[in-house]
Amino acid sequence: MEPTIPLFPHQASTVASRVDNLYFFMIAVSAFFALVVTLLVVFFAIKYRRRHDDEVGEPIHGSLALELLWTGIPFVIAMVMFVWGSSVYFALARVPEEALDIYAVGKQWMWKFQHREGQREINELHVPVNTPVRMIITSEDVLHDLYFPSFRVKTDAIPGRYTQVWFNATKTGTYHIFCAEYCGTKHSGMIGWVHVLPEDEYQAWLGGTNTGESLAQQGEKLFTRLACITCHNPNSAGRGPALLGVWGHTVQLANGNTVTADASYVRESILNPTAKIVAGYQPLMPTFQGQVTEEQLLALTEYIKGLAAGQPVPGAATPAAPAAVPAPPQ
Amino acid sequence: MPSRHYLNHPTGFKSWLLTTDHKRIALLYLFSITAFFFLGGMFALLVRLQLLSPAGALMTADAYNRAFTMHGVIMVFFFLVPSIPATLGNFLVPLMVGAKDLAFPRINLLSWYIYVVGGIFAIGSLIGGGVDTGWTFYTPFSSMSSNSRVLTGAIGVFISGFSSILTGLNFIVTIHRMRAPGLTWFRLPLFIWAHYATSLIMILGTPVIAITILLLAFERVLRVGIFDPKIGGDPVLFQHLFWFYSHPAVYIMVLPGMGVISELIAAFSRKNVFGYSFVAFSSLAIAVIGFLVWGHHMFVAGETPYAALLFSIISYLVAVPSAVKTFNWTATLYKGSISYQTPMLYAFGFIGLFLVGGLTGLFLAAVGLDIHVHDTYFVVAHFHYIMVGGTLMAYLGGIHYWWPKITGKLYPEGWSKLSALIIFLGFNLTFFPQFIVGYLGMPRRYAVYPPEFQVWNVLSTAGATILGVGYLFPMVYLTWSWFKGKPAGDNPWDAKGLEWETTSPPPTFNFDRTPVVTEATHMYGHPEEVKVV
Repeated sequence: MEPTIPLFPHQASTVASRVDNLYFFMIAVSAFFALVVTLLVVFFAIKYRRRHDDEVGEPIHGSLALELLWTGIPFVIAMVMFVWGSSVYFALARVPEEALDIYAVGKQWMWKFQHREGQREINELHVPVNTPVRMIITSEDVLHDLYFPSFRVKTDAIPGRYTQVWFNATKTGTYHIFCAEYCGTKHSGMIGWVHVLPEDEYQAWLGGTNTGESLAQQGEKLFTRLACITCHNPNSAGRGPALLGVWGHTVQLANGNTVTADASYVRESILNPTAKIVAGYQPLMPTFQGQVTEEQLLALTEYIKGLAAGQPVPGAATPAAPAAVPAPPQ
Repeated sequence: MPSRHYLNHPTGFKSWLLTTDHKRIALLYLFSITAFFFLGGMFALLVRLQLLSPAGALMTADAYNRAFTMHGVIMVFFFLVPSIPATLGNFLVPLMVGAKDLAFPRINLLSWYIYVVGGIFAIGSLIGGGVDTGWTFYTPFSSMSSNSRVLTGAIGVFISGFSSILTGLNFIVTIHRMRAPGLTWFRLPLFIWAHYATSLIMILGTPVIAITILLLAFERVLRVGIFDPKIGGDPVLFQHLFWFYSHPAVYIMVLPGMGVISELIAAFSRKNVFGYSFVAFSSLAIAVIGFLVWGHHMFVAGETPYAALLFSIISYLVAVPSAVKTFNWTATLYKGSISYQTPMLYAFGFIGLFLVGGLTGLFLAAVGLDIHVHDTYFVVAHFHYIMVGGTLMAYLGGIHYWWPKITGKLYPEGWSKLSALIIFLGFNLTFFPQFIVGYLGMPRRYAVYPPEFQVWNVLSTAGATILGVGYLFPMVYLTWSWFKGKPAGDNPWDAKGLEWETTSPPPTFNFDRTPVVTEATHMYGHPEEVKVV
């Protein structure tokens, strides 16, 4: 049962209490200063009230010592707040290695969630308790923002790029999902629920809703259907770099720069292939802008990510060293 | 009252519409921004009525989106930005520096006409159905998705920006070149320092919003890919450009208010402001540092951690000069001769509300905390405490303080005290609950919302109703006093300052002979008694 007059939101993630502690510290400092200034104003206003009409105040010029004091003290307190705020931010920004990846695509006006196992959800999200979950987020149209108030995290969904946010839910239950970046008519309808399930129930949910095809498997089919495979395989006579083992590694580009093969790089290479040409290759690839949806891009990304784990490239005779030689793993 | 003054000579409609007198132009601005204030306030009332019920009490989501957008656009660009500078600033800058007029009187009139044309476009967008992008015009929604009158509204903002550039230019040249003999920089009233700092931002920042709006128009009309990634643009670029102006614009709105408060506190404690040079330089520090904090609006917009930390620490630095001002105002009261006339009540109110607004700004500068409260009602509450609790309280305080100078009449003290109290209470009831509902997670710009947030929204709407009534009072009694009020005499407060040395209302050219200044501002005691503690 919800309390009728809520004062604080649920604390349902590992970072929630850290954010709240900072909040309470800020309230305490603010209340202290507000009280000191208010009391001084009231005290002076009463003590030095005008007693007759031609009275004037005492001409006091100022005090360097006081100025330094009340410049210095706020400065020091501000720096404490900065350091504290930043340390909380690090906890929010640093994604644990073992985090479970779930993709989110915002569109006017719904959230589409895509699990790696293949399940799709709209405005409902199922996650396991006590497990770090990383949301990888983009948008099909305008800006949105995926906000989990009970977890104290949010991040904008930006068309054309991936952003991420992570949380580790500590309490099972159902919590709000809001869109926090104004996105048009039904902005306030772009809401949903995140269901935090015990591990066994989560597994049961995964099993019960299994589509039979994982995201990577969907990507593999697309890889063939869109004919990516024609060029991206070791036997393609160098038309395109084979992608085996490329994920997560540094790629040498024709212009001398390097780039890490991550979701943004894969996405850009599909939609805008000439932006970053791998060293040793010609800019032959056509753009797939407008031909693949955000979800298909995610499936392709998942598939290419899987190629790093040593799966054979379909159509390739042997998983030989690909033409685009990634830098050795560190 | 003098028989002949700027109000009654020359006469006729044309003499007002073609006037180059800074005082008359100030009044033209006063009438126009008051009209926009009540228009924007009407939309605020619609917004609050809608939010009485979680399902939306009044209108469709589309209508609500237009209501909060028009509220924001009108209040920011057509009320708050011009509010104090274009009315009190226009009226007082020449008087305070002992000049006959601003440096470029005709450019001053031009600025009002530009403002009016911009305002016509804003009203045009409204009549055409309104804008639904939010006052921030974020792309690619504004450029590619919205079906509302984005272009008309944005052109209105574009045009009105030039009026603020011209006002800033006029102030800077006037303050540099037209000070009376003996009026050195460190004898200037703090109101002038604040307007000088404000003018710098107006001149340096406003062109950037003009460029941003042009780029937005290119994309919306010509489909040139600037902000929409589908045609090769970058939506976050818009936010950088927008906030590069719009964060400093916050200081355009609040610095003049701080200048007013310095004058009010000095006048009603009959005392020079404590730590004058620190208060003066803190205005400049705010203006300069204010240009380097825009990224704190983008902590959740894919900003890199390094950029976020940099913008966070600079945002904390910009808070320090505001704290310094607050402490100095408080210290000015020490051993003053304090009277509680209405302008001083507004000054007290300002200190209290600005404290809350400023301190909650510290919450938002902490990246780890901002991520939770960003784009929630916490932010809405914070900036209303600054913009309404700060700027508007200062504006009303200033209007009351200089009303006798502007009109030659006294306002009714009882009514004005009552309305100051109503406004203070109504304001807090409106916006304090929004901090709580914001931390609970209620996002801003929601036409409907989950029922557990209702209690706080009902309180807020109740407060807004009280606040609305509070604003009607001064409208009525000030208008009344203009015609029926008691003659004020030249200096009803026995205040120091060149503006009080001329008649009320002043003659067209302000002073019968050019004043000569021999002492610092607001020296109520004997100069030889001045001591450093």
